Amino acid sequence: MDDLCLRMLDRFQHDLPICAAPYQAMADELGCTEDDILQRLTLLNQRKALSRVGPVFEHSRAGASTLVALAVPEARIEEVAAQINAFDEVNHNYLREHNWNLWFVLTGPSREHLDQTLEKIEQLTGLTPLDLPMLTAYQIDLGFALGKNSQVPT
Amino acid sequence: MSASISRSDQQLAQQLITLTEAGMPLVADPWAWMAERMNLSVDDTLALLQRLQDTGAIRRIAAVPNHYRLGYTFNGMTVWDVDDEHIDRLGEIVGNLHFVSHCYRRPRLEGWRYNLFAMVHGLNAEQIEYERNLIRNQLGDACRADTMLVSTRILKKTGLRLAAQRQEK
Repeated sequence: MDDLCLRMLDRFQHDLPICAAPYQAMADELGCTEDDILQRLTLLNQRKALSRVGPVFEHSRAGASTLVALAVPEARIEEVAAQINAFDEVNHNYLREHNWNLWFVLTGPSREHLDQTLEKIEQLTGLTPLDLPMLTAYQIDLGFALGKNSQVPT
Repeated sequence: MSASISRSDQQLAQQLITLTEAGMPLVADPWAWMAERMNLSVDDTLALLQRLQDTGAIRRIAAVPNHYRLGYTFNGMTVWDVDDEHIDRLGEIVGNLHFVSHCYRRPRLEGWRYNLFAMVHGLNAEQIEYERNLIRNQLGDACRADTMLVSTRILKKTGLRLAAQRQEK
């Protein structure tokens, strides 16, 4: 990854200038041309290193969400993961090394909807979920600093 | 975060969510692209974005990297049992560490004692272990127990599909 690529991502994962020519403004700040910026964004995008460029909405306003964990017996992981993934309300699902080994985020139009979904999950899997809604946010996904050893995939 | 957002801005925000879910095109004047589709002038579009950001409806406007593809394949969910009396002060400090992407207080439950969650990221296992130690140093005696849940597999990762959910209603 060239140095400009990294500086560009590190700087603009936090905020893109709200002005008529944002990439020109980025270029001015980084000391390069607008073309340099657009070329690198396009390259990163082609290599799937860019998730998207655009507004990041505060989704807690669009409804309710919670973090859920299940303690799934080793032999049932594939089966339960497939059952969980089939829910539209599930948008992240990770397997983690712990007794509580399946972790996913539920989102829905209301807390009531989440309660119903949690009930369905319990009935379907026979497993009692841990329901861990956010109480206070100290830091909400503003990205994190990218080190110089970051790689661009080929 | 202020809750005041006008009804018309609310509707425009919904349109914006649908319009930009997959990202804006990589063109020199993305706001003009947006303005045309929103049926607004470019100036009105910029003013709308600014208002939505000021009221907190938009967290940020950003080039969001796919950290996984940049080599950050290790993520650890560090969880901490922190004294309730000190959690707000310490949560702010941990949340501001540059390698922490999310930091939340969550409830203690039966079978789950940890009330502070901080997500850390790294290029390898050593890096996230090191980051975990830096958090531990910050928490000191206010922390009674902790662990780190390393992800071994991503089973599902999709963006929010608000547009789809709305249509179902």
